[in-house]
Amino acid sequence: MFDEMLGSDGNVREPYADYKNWLDQEDTKRLRRKSHDAEAFFRKTGITFNVYGQDEADERLIPFDVIPRILSAREWRKLSRGIEQRVKAINAFLYDIYHRQEILRAGRIPVELIANNIAFLPQMIGVNPPGGIYTHIIGTDIVRTGPGEFYVLEDNARTPSGVSYMLENRETMLHMFPELFAQIGVQEVSNYPHNLRRSLAACAPPKCQGKPVVAVLTPGIHNSAYFEHSFLADQMGAELVEGHDLKIVDGRVAMRTTQGYTAIDVIYRRIDDDYLDPLNFLPNSMLGVPGIMDVYRSGGITIANAPGTGIADDKALYSYMPDIIEFYTGQKPLLENVPTWRCSEKDQLEYVLEHLAELVVKEVHGSGGYGMLVGPAASKKEVEDFRAKLIDNASNYIAQPTLALSTVPIFVKKGLSPRHVDLRPFVLVSPDRIDITPGGLTRVAMTKGSLVVNSSQGGGTKDTWVLEE
Amino acid sequence: MLGKTAASLFWMSRLLERTENSARLIEAGFRIALTHSSSAADEWASILASSGAKKSYLAKHEDYRSAKVIDFLLRDRDNPGSVISLIKQARDSARTGRIALTREVWEATNEAWMNLKTALAKPVEERDLPDVLAVIRQQSSLVRGAVLGTMLRNDGFNFIRLGTFIERADSTARILDVKYYLLLPSIAQIGSAVDNVQWETILRSVSAQRSYRWLNGSDISALSVAEYLILHRQMPRSLAFCYAQISDNLGYLEREYGNEVTSHRLADDICDRLLGQPVQNIFESGLHEFIVEFLAANNSLAAQIETDYNFQDRIS
Repeated sequence: MFDEMLGSDGNVREPYADYKNWLDQEDTKRLRRKSHDAEAFFRKTGITFNVYGQDEADERLIPFDVIPRILSAREWRKLSRGIEQRVKAINAFLYDIYHRQEILRAGRIPVELIANNIAFLPQMIGVNPPGGIYTHIIGTDIVRTGPGEFYVLEDNARTPSGVSYMLENRETMLHMFPELFAQIGVQEVSNYPHNLRRSLAACAPPKCQGKPVVAVLTPGIHNSAYFEHSFLADQMGAELVEGHDLKIVDGRVAMRTTQGYTAIDVIYRRIDDDYLDPLNFLPNSMLGVPGIMDVYRSGGITIANAPGTGIADDKALYSYMPDIIEFYTGQKPLLENVPTWRCSEKDQLEYVLEHLAELVVKEVHGSGGYGMLVGPAASKKEVEDFRAKLIDNASNYIAQPTLALSTVPIFVKKGLSPRHVDLRPFVLVSPDRIDITPGGLTRVAMTKGSLVVNSSQGGGTKDTWVLEE
Repeated sequence: MLGKTAASLFWMSRLLERTENSARLIEAGFRIALTHSSSAADEWASILASSGAKKSYLAKHEDYRSAKVIDFLLRDRDNPGSVISLIKQARDSARTGRIALTREVWEATNEAWMNLKTALAKPVEERDLPDVLAVIRQQSSLVRGAVLGTMLRNDGFNFIRLGTFIERADSTARILDVKYYLLLPSIAQIGSAVDNVQWETILRSVSAQRSYRWLNGSDISALSVAEYLILHRQMPRSLAFCYAQISDNLGYLEREYGNEVTSHRLADDICDRLLGQPVQNIFESGLHEFIVEFLAANNSLAAQIETDYNFQDRIS
């Protein structure tokens, strides 16, 4: 088991040396009090998320742990180079798959994987997104199993969430432990909202006149990530709109203001493709804007991320990412994929069924940690129930080995105790540059031994530090 | 600014103002119940009427026992006008309009909701009632303080203030509507001690019993109580005061947006026609008729503001 603070041998690893010195001098009572303060601060600020199907009593806090997760500048360089390579490949892949489909012609990925995939949007074929960008915002999920072993678990190319926690976690740490930041050089994250606005504005559509008007499209205050939507709009100085604030006026998407309708140029949408346009997708959607796809196609609006990007982070396609990276960049992937069995293929399914109790099995279109099996943590009955589902609809699943995720200590009653973590760095893509905020969101499984870090399943978060060079 | 955002700001402050006024009404009622238990039931009935909740109350309860009425007005989640429902809606409005609020205003509203949820988690016992009512008024004051202390004087600020004063005018007028008969000259001439208690209740329910005395000494007369609540320009809960503010706020929006709107004309008309006459005239042409007309005019003004500033999508 690899602990990022104490290594495998119990000696403090270099990136944590200064912090651990500070921590050893620190009074446990003071830390406990700070830990309480942090919770009160999050509640007061309204940094909460709603749990679906529950009433307001269940507006919950994501647990925050006061011990930071620390990466050295060298580790970060390796990671960010790998992420950048991947993000470039994803955008090239999306352009290709919605235009000439060279990668299919070259036989590098099976045609049916695209043709039969609900994440592939035929409405996007031949459409050129403004600035040539499909995924303006990406949150790459990374796990670690050893000092140099990083794996990409998921690419999150649709609407990654959690960036507000990255920012508020840092604010909270600065507020609680200012002296730490004076002693230890930690790279800044606070530029993110500014960079987000800049990169969205850099992709203004052809019909934009003057300074681009940017808006965040939210499903509304009952959405689990509403806090983040309003936070980002606020920090960017953008409008926060819902579907019923918008309509098509003179071929543009316009928002209803106190002085009439005003055109929007760039829309950062936090609703899924299906809900975007009842005329083109789900006819019953109340969240989107009827006709927005037609405006999009005619260059009247930029939608970020572009519709149809989901095909790039589809779990069935994930196992082909190394081929995709090579095909478009001509290079070997810098970051590894987790080995993946495709249950759609007969021999692979057989292997999965034989080793079910050792594997992690995921739904191809699932997210948020729902509908998955963690073999080693499941009871015999759960494994058998899952086996039935798997046999019934094999192509709906992929399987991966249960990785020995790295741990970072969290602060518990008795002091420090290791917990498994992952990392979601946030990437912004513009026509001329790629910005990766140093750090990202560290998610931590608060239960001892658990590998599930999703906030919907009780996971918490930590501030993530990348040390200065 | 989005029409929806303007609506959220307007309603956030309206609903907060309503929690505060509701606390005042309950306080006045509770005092009567303590000191004149024989008239307590009547008093609670008229308070429910002032809050527009009499019908929904009677659908659930058979009598006006203090504990029941207080619980209904403070804690009943089925009652959309209970303090707990109002603060929840006010906070939802603030969340919707979050990007137009300063951090302080948002946090004050969020904390008001958190604190009132705690204060109203269990039925409030009589001995704790004064404290709980004080907390309700305080929370609303804290939000108002944050608004006055931290908000830019822009359109958002003016929508917040419009919500406050439309609601306050409505509340003061409703109190008069329920109690107007106490102020009618025929009864006033009787001048018994009981009437003084009733008039004091009216003043108490707008937190004005002390200020009234500063200005009028110990003489309480129907005419001067009515004048104080309707026409006095220094009294911050009087109809005339509220309308001077409303006219200012609408004037600001007109200048800021550079277009004339119907609501400003309506507000000025209410100022001149209804609030620009001596109190004797109001009594001569009928206090009750006056209040009914005012309430209707105040309602149509609120609706006109909604229309003028695109609070909702109008199907064209």
